[in-house]
Amino acid sequence: MSAARFYNSELRLVLLRRRNLLLLAVTAIFPLIIGIALRLAAPHPDGGNGGGPAFFSQVAGNGVFLTFIALSTLLILVLPVVVAVVAGDSVAGEAGYGTLRYLLAVPAGRARLLAVKYGVIVTFGLCATFIVSVVALLAGTVLFPVGPVTLLSGTTVSLADGLLRLLFVTLYVAAAMAALGAIGLAISTLTEHAIGAIAAVMILVVTSEVLDNVPQLAAIGPYLPTHWWLSFDALLRAPADTATLLHGLLSFGVYAVLSGSFAWARFTSADITS
Amino acid sequence: MQPPSPATSPLTTTAISTSERTKRFRGGQLAVDHIDLAVPPGAVYGFLGPNGSGKTTTIRMLLGLAFPTSGSAALLGVPMPDGATRVLHRVGSLVEGPAFYPFLTGTANLARYDAADRTADPATARARIEGALDRVGLLAAAGKRYRHYSLGMKQRLAIAAGLLQPRDLIILDEPTNGLDPQGTREVRALIRQIAADGITVFVSSHLLAEVEQICTHVGVMRTGRLVFQGSLTELRHTGAARVTVRTADPEAAAKVLAGLDLADPQATSGEASAVLGGVSPEQICAELVHAGIGVRGFAVTSPSLEDLFVGLTGEGFDVSG
Ligand SMILES: Nc1ncnc2c1ncn2[C@@H]1O[C@H](COP(=O)(O)OP(=O)(O)OP(=O)(O)O)[C@@H](O)[C@H]1O
Ligand SMILES: [Mg+2]
Repeated sequence: MSAARFYNSELRLVLLRRRNLLLLAVTAIFPLIIGIALRLAAPHPDGGNGGGPAFFSQVAGNGVFLTFIALSTLLILVLPVVVAVVAGDSVAGEAGYGTLRYLLAVPAGRARLLAVKYGVIVTFGLCATFIVSVVALLAGTVLFPVGPVTLLSGTTVSLADGLLRLLFVTLYVAAAMAALGAIGLAISTLTEHAIGAIAAVMILVVTSEVLDNVPQLAAIGPYLPTHWWLSFDALLRAPADTATLLHGLLSFGVYAVLSGSFAWARFTSADITS
Repeated sequence: MQPPSPATSPLTTTAISTSERTKRFRGGQLAVDHIDLAVPPGAVYGFLGPNGSGKTTTIRMLLGLAFPTSGSAALLGVPMPDGATRVLHRVGSLVEGPAFYPFLTGTANLARYDAADRTADPATARARIEGALDRVGLLAAAGKRYRHYSLGMKQRLAIAAGLLQPRDLIILDEPTNGLDPQGTREVRALIRQIAADGITVFVSSHLLAEVEQICTHVGVMRTGRLVFQGSLTELRHTGAARVTVRTADPEAAAKVLAGLDLADPQATSGEASAVLGGVSPEQICAELVHAGIGVRGFAVTSPSLEDLFVGLTGEGFDVSG
């Protein structure tokens, strides 16, 4: 009950920041730009985009695929930035303002404050992910024909089945962002400089993505935090590749638990000197 | 709603007590060195000390913000920092200046802190926030963004945050920092009002003059150590009275004073003085006349509180620590 009030206050604080609203607006605009660009390139159904994920060429035939294209494109940088900003700012920002000492003197409770912060980070990541999916779906419907979905495995399923798979894909991506949010929260407990924490999260993401693309390092690939992000295409097969999905979810869970424990251990024992 | 305070029998527990409380920062800096605070309930306790003497660090430990290196402490009888979530809602605080969200209004800022308090009743939040703003005279600026507040308004908002709930103890770290004389007077009046409601007040300052008029007790810090603690009257009694003789021949007069076994005899131009001790002024006067010294003036003076304070903390301009 009191936790719900604190959570609402925290969520309102995050959603009131113009910077955060701008980030959500950006996540909404990107799928539109991608959709329009693909529409302009559409006259050559099987040309272009050869290097992209398997479903890039499918969009001309079915607008639903714009959602998968948008999610996989934004997962490289835009969605991680959105989550990094809110997560990196979460504790470090309060420390920077000096409000952290007053929240703890209220007393908000250290573990409780951390839990509420994390809840809002997850919510924000979920919002951003759903904005991408919903805007892309709407844009795809307007710009392209929509109908039964031909999966990557060649099977064709009904539109309803396709949309259900889209829902699961979106939730999978949101889970990936929740794990990144936990990493961001942990980093945020280490500093009073929000910008520093945000930058550190982004450096981590980009480093992980680069290492994941070095063939010689294939052995460590599966342990990198970003490795399983794009594995949601496992849902676009019949039957779905559940082993890959579970691997991904396990990776997210492990990162979230490890980071959460680190954040808790650090935050409940640190002197608040800001 | 119950009236603010003596709700939980503060009369039987010390408001603040610490024993051998010590804080050594990771860099090795010993900021607080084995201090034993005892703040009686209902007191207005002035916590004095020069810059860097460890006042803020002590307050951070009292509030569970910084963890002690050793020693124990209790707020309103509850051990800290373990009991933080059990007792801090009865304690209002201002630590090292106000801190709020610049992009929120005064009201929204108070609502934010209130929402973080699990003991706060959301149904009364609005009334309590308005009441607190009213108390510090900030109602007119309640809808303004904190970013646009003046220094004095910020300070008032911080005190208002300390008054959101009925409290038994208020801890204020340099509440008049940066205020003009008018603002300083207003804060002092506010502290008097708070104390009149029976709330124990613990207020830090580096100026004795600033808190002298409102305090019943003082603790004096110097380089992390508590060098004096007691009532103002007790502080006054620590000062030794001096006898001062105005005369044309201060050297001779100082000799007479020394001859009477008075401590610290001094001769300056036109004056001789010494610590009075147990000798009666009448006897000193008679001896001076007997020695043929022309006495132009004779006075017995007790040191001012300010002198005593400076004596305890040292006069130097350099920060301690
Ligand atoms: N986080 C920290 N790390 C290391 N040393 C610190 C830290 N915070 C304070 N100190 C040191 O501890 C000592 C006491 O500092 P503190 O802030 O408690 O003094 P203060 O009495 O509040 O001074 P002021 O009147 O200037 O506010 C100082 O020497 C300071 O340099
Ligand atoms: Mg201080």
